[in-house]
Parts: sequence; C-alpha cells; structure tokens
Amino acid sequence: MDFSLTDEQQQLKDSLCRYLDKNYSFEARRQQLKTTDKYCATHWRAFADMGLLGIGVPEEFGGMGAMGNGAECLSVIMECFGRALVVEPYLATVVLCASVLREAASQTQKESILAEIVAGNTVLALAVQERSARYRLSHVTTSAQRDGDGYLLSGAKMAVLHGDAADTLIVSARSSGQPGDQDGISLFLVDKNAAGLTIRGYRTHDGMRAAEVTFKDVRVAQSALVGPVGAGYAALARSIEYARVALCAEAVGAMTALSEQTLEYLKTRKQFGVAIGSFQVLKHRMVDVFNTSEQARSITMLAAIKADAADAGERRRSIAAAKSLVGQAARSIGQEAVQMHGGMGVTDELACGHYFKRLTAIDLTLGDADYCRAELGDLLAAT
Amino acid sequence: MNIDFSAQELSFQAEVSAFLKAHLPLDISHKVLGGRRMARDDFMRWQRILYEHGWGGPSWPKEFGGTGWSHTKEFIFEQECSAAGAPRLIDFGQKMLAPVLMKFGSPEQQAHYLPRILQGEDFWCQGYSEPGAGSDLAALKTKAERVGDKYIVNGQKTWITLAQFADWIFCLVRTSSEGRRQEGISFLLIDMKSPGITVRPIIMLDGEHEINEVFFDNVEVPAANLVGEQDKGWTCAKYLLVHERFGQHFIGPIKSLMRHLKRLATEEMANGRALIEDSRFRDRLAQCEMEVMAHEMTLLRTLAAVAKNGSPGPESSILKIRGSELLQQIIELLMYALGPEVLAHRPEALAPDWQGEAIGSRHATTAAGSYFNMRKLSIFGGSNEIQRNIIAQLVLGL
Repeated sequence: MDFSLTDEQQQLKDSLCRYLDKNYSFEARRQQLKTTDKYCATHWRAFADMGLLGIGVPEEFGGMGAMGNGAECLSVIMECFGRALVVEPYLATVVLCASVLREAASQTQKESILAEIVAGNTVLALAVQERSARYRLSHVTTSAQRDGDGYLLSGAKMAVLHGDAADTLIVSARSSGQPGDQDGISLFLVDKNAAGLTIRGYRTHDGMRAAEVTFKDVRVAQSALVGPVGAGYAALARSIEYARVALCAEAVGAMTALSEQTLEYLKTRKQFGVAIGSFQVLKHRMVDVFNTSEQARSITMLAAIKADAADAGERRRSIAAAKSLVGQAARSIGQEAVQMHGGMGVTDELACGHYFKRLTAIDLTLGDADYCRAELGDLLAAT
Repeated sequence: MNIDFSAQELSFQAEVSAFLKAHLPLDISHKVLGGRRMARDDFMRWQRILYEHGWGGPSWPKEFGGTGWSHTKEFIFEQECSAAGAPRLIDFGQKMLAPVLMKFGSPEQQAHYLPRILQGEDFWCQGYSEPGAGSDLAALKTKAERVGDKYIVNGQKTWITLAQFADWIFCLVRTSSEGRRQEGISFLLIDMKSPGITVRPIIMLDGEHEINEVFFDNVEVPAANLVGEQDKGWTCAKYLLVHERFGQHFIGPIKSLMRHLKRLATEEMANGRALIEDSRFRDRLAQCEMEVMAHEMTLLRTLAAVAKNGSPGPESSILKIRGSELLQQIIELLMYALGPEVLAHRPEALAPDWQGEAIGSRHATTAAGSYFNMRKLSIFGGSNEIQRNIIAQLVLGL
C-alpha cells in the first residue's frame, strides 16, 4: 500500500497550487465576482495551458490521458480548487460533460468536441436534473420525439451547473418508457442558440452559476445524439460518479483550509486575557472538526481509488458513501467553523463564511448526504 | 396540572387576532411573511399603530404607559403577532433599554425617553460589543471622559444591529480604568446625529446589510445622558442581559417556520412524488416537531413559574440555547427540502415590490439566505457557549 501521489500528480498539484496562490487570492476572487462575467477567460486559458482541461481525456483527442488513475488526478485538482474557492465551470465542462462524451460519444463527436474542451475553446453544461425528480436522474420527463431525421425536445431542466456559461448543453430526454425507467433515456448535444431553448441563468450563494433551462420543441439533428438511442443512462451515471468524487475532493480542500483558518483563529483571538483556543470546550470541538475532516479525506481517497473499479457495485457503494459522509462533514465543519469564529464568521469580509457557503452548496449538488446514504442503503440491500 | 389558557386568556387571544386582522397593514405583513427587506418606517408605523390602540408597551408596567399584561398575555400577543406577520417590536428600545430606564433612570430620563419609544418616535440600537470585547464584554475600551457637563466619547462599537435606522444608541463606555474591569463602566445614551459618529455597514454572509460598526470620534454627550451612577454601568448591563435572555426563546419564528415547512412538504415534489412521502424528510420533520413541542412546553413552564412565583425557574435559562438551535435546525431542513435550486442568490427578490418569477419553488427564494443568516442566532445576544457557562455556574453550581 502506498497512498502518496505519483511524481506526475505531485507536479500537477504543485504547479496548480502555485498558480492559484498567485492569481486566485480571496480578494482577486471577490473582484471577479463583482463582474458580470460568467467565468474568467484568463483563468480558463491558464487551466488549458496546465493541461487541466484534458484530465481523463484520451491522448488521441489532445488530452492528458488518465495519468495513472483519472479520478485520483481529478481529486488532486479539485482539492486545490476547493482551497482557493475556484468558481470556474470546471466541474460542468471537464468532469460532467467530458465524462459523458468519453463514455458514449462517437469518434466524430469526440474529435470535434473533446478536442475543443481540452484546448479551452468551449464550455459545456450538463442539463439532466428535473424539478420534480430532485437528484434522481432516471426520473426524466423531458421528451425526445422522433421528427424526420432528427428529434424534438420538450421539457425543463433545473440547477444546470454553469448552464448560462455553456456554448453547448448535453441534455437527457426520454425517447421511450416512463419517468423512473433507466431505459429509454437518450442524450443530446444542444447548441445554446437553438430555437425554442431558453436558458435562465443565475448566480448562486457560493459564487458559482447555474441555470433553469426550458425546451419548447427544440429540434436537434440525428448527429446530436450521444450514444445509442434510449441507452444514455449508463454514461450519465458514470459521469455523475466522477462528478461526485470531484465534489468530495473539492469539499476536502475547502474544509481543510477552513479548519486551518479556524485553528489559527482559536490560537490568536483573545478573550478574558487568553487565546480562546485554551478553553477546553473549544479545544474539543476543534478536535472534532479535525477528526471529521480526516474521515472525509479518507473516504474521498477510497472513492477516488475505486472510481474505475471493474466491480460496479463496489464502485457505486464507495462513491455513494463518500458523497454522503463528505456532505455531513461539510455541514458540520461549516457550521462549527462559523460558530467558533463568532461574529466574524457570519460576515462577508472573512473567507470563513464563503467556505461555509461553498461547503453547503457541495452537499446540495448531485445528491445530498441523506439522498446518498439512502442510495448506499439500496445498494447494500441489493447485494 | 392544566395546560389550557383561561377563558379570559382565550378571549384576549381572540381580541388580539381580531385587532391584527383589522389594523396590521398588508404591505408590512407581506414583507415579514415573505422575508422581504424591512424599512425603518415599517417598524415605526407598526409601533405607532400599537400605541394608538394602547398596546405600545406589551411588556411594560402600566405606570410607564405599558399594558401591564401578565407574561402569559404578552406571550399570547407575541404568538398572534408572529403568526399574522407583524414586525417584531424593536427590542433594543422596548425590551432592553426600557427596563434599564425604569429601574435605574432618573425621573426626567423616564419622562423623556419612555414615551418616545412607545409612540414610535425614537429607534434605538445597542452599543455593547467591541472588536476586542465580544463574549468578554468587560474588556470594552470605548472611553468617555468627563469634561465639565459633558462626556467626550472615543472608540468603536461593533455588531450593531440596524444602527443604520437608529436615532439613538445606548452604550457601555469606560469612564475609569481603576479597580476591577467591571468597575469603571458607565451606561450612556448617545444621539446618533451627534458630530463625530460614523456608521459603517458590515455585510453579512447572505449579502445583506443588517449590522454595523459605529465609530466615535470626540463625540460630545451631555452628562445628563448618563443612566444610573458613573462607573456603575455594569449593574445596568447585567440587568439588561437578564431581560434580553428571557425574551430570546424564538417561539414565534419557530412556529411560523414549522407551518411554512409543513405547507411546502405537501406542495413540493422529490423523486417524482410529494416531499412528505419521502421517509427521510418525514423523519426529520417529525424530529423537529417533537423538539418544538418540548421547547414550547419549557417556555410555558417558565411562564407559569413567573405567574406563580414572580420569577422564572431554572428551566428558563435553556430557552435561548434551545430556541436558537431549534430555529437553525428547522431552517436547515427547509433549505435541504427545497433541493439545489435553493442556492440561487437573488438579492433583488428581497425588495418589497419585487414581482419577478421565482427560480424553482416560490418557497426557495429566501431559504438559503435565511439558513446562512440564522447562524448568527447561536452567536449573538450572549453566544451559546457563554449561555452554557452561565447555566453551569448559576444553575448547576459547577
């Protein structure tokens, strides 16, 4: 056993950390969020130059390949992003959409789109969640009806991460069967300017962006279909698995930074003539934060290692467990850090509150702690 | 044992309810119930309406123009107000300063300031905490130097809720550095229009402006604005904190949030069915429900003890801790119940006249902001850590 990073992974981590330390300070991020830009083109270009946009993309399409294990490498990047509270459309484009394309796209689609993603020339978003379904991806009511040599899409998607920054959406729609069926779900590439498509974007509390997307008889060509008709669910599920691992790693980065800042505050903030960290009640709570954060790191490492396991059951169980435990850790560490920071914790001025908001959002993204625990329960019942 | 309100209390409840139906302005209740931004005038207008009805001081004795209600009646009044969407009364004047003035103020101070609070003329804020004096309040440094018939005040106060609306601030200031830290503190009333006062907003993590820093640069305050004796302000401060704690049970907001939660449980869908059908959500809702039952019963025990013995029993000390934690727990469940769209940050939707379209459920517009904002409940008004210390020392003798 050896849980250290490979030399290649370590180099990637070092160069990304250096870049973010220099260019993605809390203050610089705050300035960026004051603009109306959907993301920062300069950072995106830099990420492309560092090869971050090609993680998990085969080398024939310009990607970095797996670099050992794609999910491990992805975790390294996401942990750095979590620390710096990066708000760029990385999860949407490189994790969610590139994964779907890698799993299911045709050679032609891969050549045209994956290569563009890797080069930093395009941003994509995955429109797969519906309001009445919450986190359940098989509950698709958006319909895909055959129309000559193409399809007509009708319906609505919610909480599309970076949906208003994307040039192209990947959309799940039902070409047969009933809501809840895994069969009958097809995936389509839809241009942001397609007739009948409405994208209503908004900023989220954590500084990210999302959109509500509606389709009113949006016509797509046969060539827009990703993977076989009616059999898109498997690629979608794999994509969500990677994204959950990525979110866990991002949370670990954020909670580690938040724990460090809280510890520093306990050591330096004085009341009653002493550092508040000398009070036993706060010492013990800080220890619990540390403990919780280490458990989150452990289960995230496990999920990253198992993310490409051949045994689907083992893979899914590890990832559901990680997302649930990390979600719980995100909630408790966020709340505790704010409480131990006192009044300063609820201000916009300190990074503390911003980590708390991002950690809350991570739990609410692609399955919260309760949802993922239930999913693990179902998987255990099925074995 | 008997948990029922008396016939007289029940008829009072009906009277309050009818009054609210007739006199609570719709534009104000719309803001309160919808979580919209409140203006200074909303608070003052409501105070004046109550005053004209003779209800301007629900917690005050009759001799000072109050209603002279029992704690039980006051509780009924607050419950009805909260359910109807009336703004909370401005505690700083009503429930914090007023009791101090009644106990320690001069007859002139009582005659001048108390009616102005009742009549909705003065908006008060509270100047206690400082950057270096939070939980350790006695470490405060803002200095007031006596020069002739004035005090010259210099220093900085922080976490001042709604100072942007305030006409007056009551402050704890240091008038002497001799002896114990608690000695040498004085209780001073300061006009916010005085030259040398600067108010700086502190933006909270929900992006809203609710609290402020207040700076004092050679601010002249007439010596007549001293409450009680010079250097003996700590006595006023302690008296005030007891009043503040007794009132911090949050039962009004807790119950209205529970009503809200139950309503959306039947309206919202999750996994293709009504949220209330989801067993995980249902468990958590039931958990909140039983904790609310116990909390309300604890509060009723306190009210009964006050009615019988004139003073609250030891159970009253847990009201702030339990109330704040419970309110945080309920808003957390509500936020999670609304799913990922709850994260949309739409400050424009807090404007009183906003008519826009919601992102997702109409319930979702303010839920995440409230969740973030309500983390303050376990920090302000004596952090829950300090509350636990007080219970440990004063109730349990540890």
